[in-house]
Amino acid sequence: MATMGSAGVPLEPHVATSASERPATTLAPRHSALVRVTHWIITLCFFALLLTGIEILISHPRFYWGETGSDLTPPLFKIPIPASRHLVPTGYGYTLPDQNGWSRALHFQAAWLAVLTGLLYAIYGLSTGHFRKNLLPSKGDLSWRGIVSDVGRHLRFERPADAEAWSYNLLQRLTYLFVVFVLFPLVIWTGLAMSPAFTSAFPASVIMLAGRQSARTIHFFVSLALVLFLIVHVVMVWVAGFGRRMRAMITGRVGTRKESI
Amino acid sequence: MSDISRRRLILGGLAAAAGVSGLGVAARLAEKYGLVPPDHGGIYGAGETLTYACQRLLTRHSFAREFPRSQISKRPFPNEIEPPTEAFKRLQAGEFVDWRLAVDGLVDQPALFSLDQLRSYPSRTQITELACEEGWSYIAEWNGVPLSHVLNLVGVHPQARYVVYFSIEPDTWESIDMADAMHPQTFLTYGMNGDDLPVAHGGPLRMRMPRQLGYKNVKFITRLTVTDSMKRFGKGMGGASPEYGYAWYAGI
Repeated sequence: MATMGSAGVPLEPHVATSASERPATTLAPRHSALVRVTHWIITLCFFALLLTGIEILISHPRFYWGETGSDLTPPLFKIPIPASRHLVPTGYGYTLPDQNGWSRALHFQAAWLAVLTGLLYAIYGLSTGHFRKNLLPSKGDLSWRGIVSDVGRHLRFERPADAEAWSYNLLQRLTYLFVVFVLFPLVIWTGLAMSPAFTSAFPASVIMLAGRQSARTIHFFVSLALVLFLIVHVVMVWVAGFGRRMRAMITGRVGTRKESI
Repeated sequence: MSDISRRRLILGGLAAAAGVSGLGVAARLAEKYGLVPPDHGGIYGAGETLTYACQRLLTRHSFAREFPRSQISKRPFPNEIEPPTEAFKRLQAGEFVDWRLAVDGLVDQPALFSLDQLRSYPSRTQITELACEEGWSYIAEWNGVPLSHVLNLVGVHPQARYVVYFSIEPDTWESIDMADAMHPQTFLTYGMNGDDLPVAHGGPLRMRMPRQLGYKNVKFITRLTVTDSMKRFGKGMGGASPEYGYAWYAGI
């Protein structure tokens, strides 16, 4: 167990608070091997899930609330795109090719890999204190003023200081916690709530979401939120220095700004 | 080589060997307990197998949700059907009096059933949701005879593993395992919302199983074959849908 600093921050050798405390060469990587490997597996799965999710969506680009909904009932909203089934009233005079077969197979296989990888990550994060040390904001940092100033720095696209390469800032921590502990569980839950077999064993999983069609609609919006996260995430990595941040997530080494040029 | 790296190498090797042999044992156990679907081959086989195995362990005896009458959809979406064949049109002209359901394969007494015979057996009703893989769904009241009742009448052999069912539509057939075949909510359905099952919804006879997606609920059923292996049917993947790229197990 790490000794606790005065601000409640564990004083681990690889959690530095300023650049000067950082030794020039270090044994501990910026991101542990497990975090790096699971990060990229999840990334791969996410792209597979997104692509196949879009394919499945275009077979019925209409959304409903409640238990049921079909071409014969009014939708909550429609996505204004052509569909891959000609009975769907899209307003377009043509039908897209049906790609649902392999899309569904890949969607579920990628979901399995993502869930198993996520489980491994969660066990690791809880057992090593990764969540507590690297993601949970310390009590001292968590304040509205801190959040506002962090949002301001992000909105100005300020390039973070070198020292920040060794830890996450407040906004990052809150965002990652939200993605890992809210969006990921919610997208898995709403996905399972669309499985007629799963809901036969766990009916509450779909009743709590107000029905099968509600589950599908929420699944769509959570996916949108994850896409939004991905875009912001990549933009922020770009602002912070794409080469160095990528290197840190691939090799674990941070390097200095000069090295990356 | 330092002691630490040698130890890690040995441990890693042991872990890898344990992993591989563990997978082998798991595969054999899964096969033994019927947790491997007929479409387990190919690049998506791992996902299909994991899904099916988990659902078999979780949902062998679970019941699909049933709804109050007030939740029955006013306009159930029938989806499209192929233009009827000549054979179907002839049977329809005779008000399906000559419609027959053939039951064969691994059974003591292969038999032909007329619709009147099927209607004479204890009738069951379920108000359940039919969900299509595309995303839409509706709730209806279905009326029919549990498939298990018919299977018990003909006497299924103990080595039976699947029930294959065929539509009068050409190249339209699917199959289910015995857990789903014997499940009380799996119906040979002849009625819907208090009336005869409309042709658009698969009348006069439709396979109905609310724990799987719409495409397993095949319309216009004319034949059931009980088997211990899917190898002799089509490409051996368990149905027309798997051959077209869709999962054999559609409980997801």
